[in-house]
Amino acid sequence: MINRGYYGEFGGVFIPEILTTTFDELVEAFEKVKTDPSFWQEYMYIMSTYSCRPTPLTFAENLTRHFDGARIYIKREDLNHTGAHKANNVMGQGLLAKRMGKSRVIAETGAGQHGVATATMAARFGFKCTVYMGEVDVERQRPNVFWMERLGAEVIPVADGTRILKDAINEAFRDWVTNMDDTHYVLGTACGPHPFPEMVSYFQSIMGKEAREQILKREGKLPSRVYACVGGGSNALGIFSAFLDDRVELVGVEAAGEGLDTERHASRLASDNGSVGVAQGYKTYFLQDRDGQMKETHSVAAGLDYVGVSPILAWHRERGRIRFEAATDSEVLDAMALTIRKEGLIPALESAHAFVQAFKEAPDLSADDIILINQSGRGDKDIFTIAEAFADPGWKEFIQKKGNEYGA
Amino acid sequence: MALEMVLRNKLKEKDILLMTHIVLGYPSLEDSFKIVETMVDSGVDLIELQVPFSEPIADGPVIVRANQRALQRGATVKACLNLAERVVRKFDIPFLIMTYYNILFCYGVHDFVSAMAKRGLQGAIIPDLPPEEGHDYLEAMKAYDLAPILIFSPATSDKRMKYLDSFGRGFIYCVARKGVTGADTNFSTGLDSYLVRCRKASSLPLAVGFGIKERANVDFLRGKADIAVIGTETIRKVEEMGVASVGDFIRSLSPVNTNSLGGVEAEGE
Ligand SMILES: Cc1ncc(COP(=O)(O)O)c(C=O)c1O
Repeated sequence: MINRGYYGEFGGVFIPEILTTTFDELVEAFEKVKTDPSFWQEYMYIMSTYSCRPTPLTFAENLTRHFDGARIYIKREDLNHTGAHKANNVMGQGLLAKRMGKSRVIAETGAGQHGVATATMAARFGFKCTVYMGEVDVERQRPNVFWMERLGAEVIPVADGTRILKDAINEAFRDWVTNMDDTHYVLGTACGPHPFPEMVSYFQSIMGKEAREQILKREGKLPSRVYACVGGGSNALGIFSAFLDDRVELVGVEAAGEGLDTERHASRLASDNGSVGVAQGYKTYFLQDRDGQMKETHSVAAGLDYVGVSPILAWHRERGRIRFEAATDSEVLDAMALTIRKEGLIPALESAHAFVQAFKEAPDLSADDIILINQSGRGDKDIFTIAEAFADPGWKEFIQKKGNEYGA
Repeated sequence: MALEMVLRNKLKEKDILLMTHIVLGYPSLEDSFKIVETMVDSGVDLIELQVPFSEPIADGPVIVRANQRALQRGATVKACLNLAERVVRKFDIPFLIMTYYNILFCYGVHDFVSAMAKRGLQGAIIPDLPPEEGHDYLEAMKAYDLAPILIFSPATSDKRMKYLDSFGRGFIYCVARKGVTGADTNFSTGLDSYLVRCRKASSLPLAVGFGIKERANVDFLRGKADIAVIGTETIRKVEEMGVASVGDFIRSLSPVNTNSLGGVEAEGE
């Protein structure tokens, strides 16, 4: 492998020797499809007939009036099949796995969105499928576990470490070093060893391409700012990629959890707590102690609750090309409530982080400014977490009644 | 004396050496010391001391849990290096550090290597650091005359084995099979032909690890490799039967390998 996927000092391929051949093969296969027009054609055909590409760009008229500043547009990745941008990546990697002759796919999942997307792809393409999910996430995203199992995937709860996304990634790697001959690991975000950061961003770039065209057609000009939430970084890189060479400010929003002044957050780039390290096969900013042991992270949004971040984003931060902010759990719930009431849109808890920052800045911009928010996914999956956070009395009564029914 | 020479000298007396593995700080720092003591008394030839890491990606469930417990009980890098220094001073066999790259990276690669040298450690095994990413590390190891132990796997091509061997010193660690530590290995003709490939690619002594847990496994390797590595199984024994059981277990692997018997053998020559 000559190109080891470095973005400045970030990225690389820090893997056990047993996986070297597997990664060489993956890089080769990915390089081949990148220059094969028939691959992208097949990909686009699937994305437009099996999912909902191009996804619409919605003008948020009521929110625009409410904040009385910039004109607010929302890119609707929630309308993808399975309800999030994750499908863009998964279908691409699924096609690649088919070309590589694999018969089984594995995935990690945090929010469960990537797991559901992978299980769906596996059902459609006829792969066997195993999904690793931290025990904590299994608890908070139970409906997605249900769907993965219905889709024929085996869901393995991970009891090691902090029992969230990073631990699920470790387990997926451990499966892969055993079963790489017939198995492809569908990594769900723009992290991990090369070629994953590049490959995942490549498939997600479809969002940015569409959004740029759509806004130009509608408004005749580019947005002033684009907002996206940042877990591993795949939806952010996907939407930002089309605007990197433009005079457009790009804003990535991380999870501030209970606040950046507490230990309970997942902000690697916007806070001062991140430092450069090497784990999970790549070099980037991690939330770690001085010895290099990874810390526990927290966010109300399972998909943002991760210790590392895409090496590509770490590089863009270093270059000053992307600004990073963070939104707290409670700000997220407020932004979510407002969006639901004003626009009838239900963003995922992850996506709502981007809305928080956009709402903070919209009033200070003028009506000539356009801002674009990436709604990476829909919030229905979060019904248990959201209903609890809103302390919804009717929901609580319903759950108690159901519990009694099952308990009886 | 350089590690390879030490091993070659020992190999004049025994046809296969035993290398054991422990996670520093598991079950506790004091127990780690006792386990090392028992291992040395039972005739182990060299020991890899794992500095625990929160993300041990090449390890299976047993060692993963041991890493976690050790960290929970305060096995900081500093405490681990201090313990390493104690055992090196006390026992006259070679000791290696095994850990993941982030531990070195956060400590400072050069500083970590210098710290190992100062404490009398002989080398290091860093499973997530291929030579392509390990320039600083390899330079530092050279500067301090320590052995970077390179790893071969059954998936490694002949050409890559040669490439890896060009950076290796001390011995080559041959992973016996795919997967992580702790699962069973099929000791078969497949393993034979893989070891033949390893032998062709490197003139260094060969250590074989992953899945060795009983005497038959060690016997299988006689004549095919130079060092049998016992990792997970000792931790299992500690968990099931306590620290005191380690001695019997080690002695059961290779009866001729105990120090006293070794002495008898030498007399007979
Ligand atoms: C809806 C949604 N948005 C965002 C994310 C975060 O991932 P990324 O930063 O890779 O887009 C997730 C992850 O699960 C998600 O489900």
